[in-house]
Amino acid sequence: MAGVQVANVSRSFGAMKALDDVSIDFADGGFYALLGPSGSGKTTLLRQIAGFDFPDAGRIAIGGESVERVPVEKRRIGMVFQNYALFPNMSVADNVAFGLSVRGEAKATIAAEVQRALDLVQLGKLGGRRPHQLSGGQRQRVALARAIVTKPRVLLLDEPLGALDKALRVDMQIELKRIQREIGITTIFVTHDQEEALTMSDRIGILRDGRLVQEGPPEEIYDRPQSEFAATFLGDANIFRGDATGSGIRLQDGTTINAASGASVPAGAKASCAVRPERIQISTGSAKPDRVDANTLEGKVSKRIFAGNSSTYFVDREGQTLKVIVQNTGAERLAEGEPVMLSWSPDSTVLIAA
Amino acid sequence: MATTRILEWLGRFYVVLLLGFLYLPIIIMGAMSFNASPFYQLPFEWTTDWYASLWQNDQLIAATRNSIEIAVITTIISTALGSMASLALYRYEFRGKKVLQALLFPPIAIPWLITGTAMLIFFFGVGIGRGLIAILLGHVALALPYVIVVVSARLQTFAPELEEAARSLGANQWQVTMRVTLPWIMPGVIAGGLFAFAVSFDQFVVSYFLSTPGQTTLPVEIYAAIRKGFTPEINAVSTIIIVVSMGLMLLTARFFKFGGEK
Repeated sequence: MAGVQVANVSRSFGAMKALDDVSIDFADGGFYALLGPSGSGKTTLLRQIAGFDFPDAGRIAIGGESVERVPVEKRRIGMVFQNYALFPNMSVADNVAFGLSVRGEAKATIAAEVQRALDLVQLGKLGGRRPHQLSGGQRQRVALARAIVTKPRVLLLDEPLGALDKALRVDMQIELKRIQREIGITTIFVTHDQEEALTMSDRIGILRDGRLVQEGPPEEIYDRPQSEFAATFLGDANIFRGDATGSGIRLQDGTTINAASGASVPAGAKASCAVRPERIQISTGSAKPDRVDANTLEGKVSKRIFAGNSSTYFVDREGQTLKVIVQNTGAERLAEGEPVMLSWSPDSTVLIAA
Repeated sequence: MATTRILEWLGRFYVVLLLGFLYLPIIIMGAMSFNASPFYQLPFEWTTDWYASLWQNDQLIAATRNSIEIAVITTIISTALGSMASLALYRYEFRGKKVLQALLFPPIAIPWLITGTAMLIFFFGVGIGRGLIAILLGHVALALPYVIVVVSARLQTFAPELEEAARSLGANQWQVTMRVTLPWIMPGVIAGGLFAFAVSFDQFVVSYFLSTPGQTTLPVEIYAAIRKGFTPEINAVSTIIIVVSMGLMLLTARFFKFGGEK
C-alpha cells in the first residue's frame, strides 16, 4: 500500500494538451475520484499513474518511488477497466489467478489467494464459470478480485460502474467502498458521474481541459466551489454575475447579493456568486426573510417539477431562470405563473473570482 | 399456405441443385475409382485394384510425399510468420506501415502464372534454381498474405483492453501474447493455417514452373500422368486426397465453430 504523488505532469497528443501541469497528492489509503467531462484528461491521468503512457514532463511517484518511466507491468498496480476486460478464454478462477500465475507463485498459494479474493467479492462459488456466463455486476466483482489479488500498491478504476444499470450501480458503490475499507488500499477512480464521486470518495479532483480545477473533500468542493465550472459540474448551482462590492456582488439592475464565503475579490472587479438550489427559500408575496442581510429576489414561477420527496421550481427574473428545490414538507405548493419571493442566507452564497 | 409450401420446395430444390453442382463431379470421380473399367464404362463393377496399383506407382507416391511435406512446412512457416506479422501490424505504429499493409494484398490478385514466371526468373537469378526448396519458398510467399488477412481479421475483434489488463497484472509481452492474445486469435491462426495448407497442396501453376522432373509435387505429377494417358489410379489418389482434406475441414469447423463463434 502506498500513496501516489503526481507533480507537474503534462502530456500532449499532437497539438492537444491532454494534461497541463497537473499536481495531485493521493494520500495512502484514501479513496479519490477524478471527476470531469469527457476530454477533461481524467482518463489520461489515470493511464499515466497506471503506466500505460508516460508523461512528457513532470513526476509520478508511488510510495515515494519515482515511476514515471516504469512500464505498467512493473508498477504493481491493480486496475479495473470500464468493460471489465475479463479474459474470455479463462474461467473466473483463472482470471483472478492470472496476476499470481505470471509471477510464478506456487499452485497451492495461488488457489488459496484466489479463493480468498473471490470470497471477498462474494463470488466464492463461481470460480468455475466462464465470464460470459456471469451478469454485469458479477463480472465487475471478478474484475475487482483479479485486480486486488496481487496485493497492488494502488487500485485504479476507470469508470468501473458505467456499464451497470442504476440499481446495480448503487449496490456496487456500497460494495466497492466496503472492499476498499476492508483492505485499506489507496484507490483512484475516474468517473463523469458527480453523484458517484460525491457519495464514494474521500477526496475529489475536478479536471477540465487537462487542468486540475479544484481538489478537496466532497463537502468542501460542494459548499465552497472556487469556479463557476466546479459549482455547476459538481451539483447544481444558480450563478449570478456582477461587480464585486467587497461583501458580495452588485448585479446589473442594482440588486446586491451578499456572500459570506469564497474568494476575496477587490471591489469593482468582475465576480460571480453561486448558490445551491436547495439553499433558497421560496414564498408567496412579501413574506419577511429571517435575516436582515439575507439575499432576496422577486420572480415568477415558470415551471414546477414534482419529484415526490421534493419539488423543483424554475423562477424567472430579469432574463435569468433560477432553480429552487423545496423539500416536500406538506406545505402549500406554488402554482406556475405565481409571483414569488426568493431568499437565502449569505452563508449559503459563495463568491467566485471571474 | 400453398405458396409457402411451394417456396419451401423451391428452396430445397435450390439447395439440392447447388450441392449437386458442387459435389456431383467429385462423387462420380470417387465412384469411378472403384470401377473396374479404366475407360469409365458402365455397368459399374466394384474393384479396389486401382488403389492397390496406386501403391506400386513410386512416382505418384514420391510426388504425394513431396506435396504433403511441402504443404506441412509451408503451413508451419507461413502461419508462424503471418501471425507474427499480423500481431506486429496490430500492435505497433511505425513508418511505412500503411504502405506495407497496402502492399501485402495485391499478390493475392496477381495471376499465379505471372507470379510463377517471376519466381522462376528470380530463383535462377539468385542461384536457387528449380526444385523442392524453390517450390517451398514459392508456396510460403503465396500463402503468407492469406494468413495475414485471416489472422488480422480475427484481431479486429480483439479488445485491446485485454492486453492492457494482462500487463497491469504484471505480465510481460511474451506472457501477454501467449496467454491472452494468442488464445483469442487461435481460430484465425488455424483458419489461416488451413488456407496456407490448401494454397500449397492445391498449387499447380507455381509448382509446375519450379519443379524438375525428379522433384515434383502431386498436382504436377497428376498433370504429367494425364498427359501421358489417363489411368483410374488418378481417380484413386484424388479420392484419397478429397476424403482426407474434407475430413480435416469438417474437423476444424467442428472444433472452432467457424462463423458461429461467440
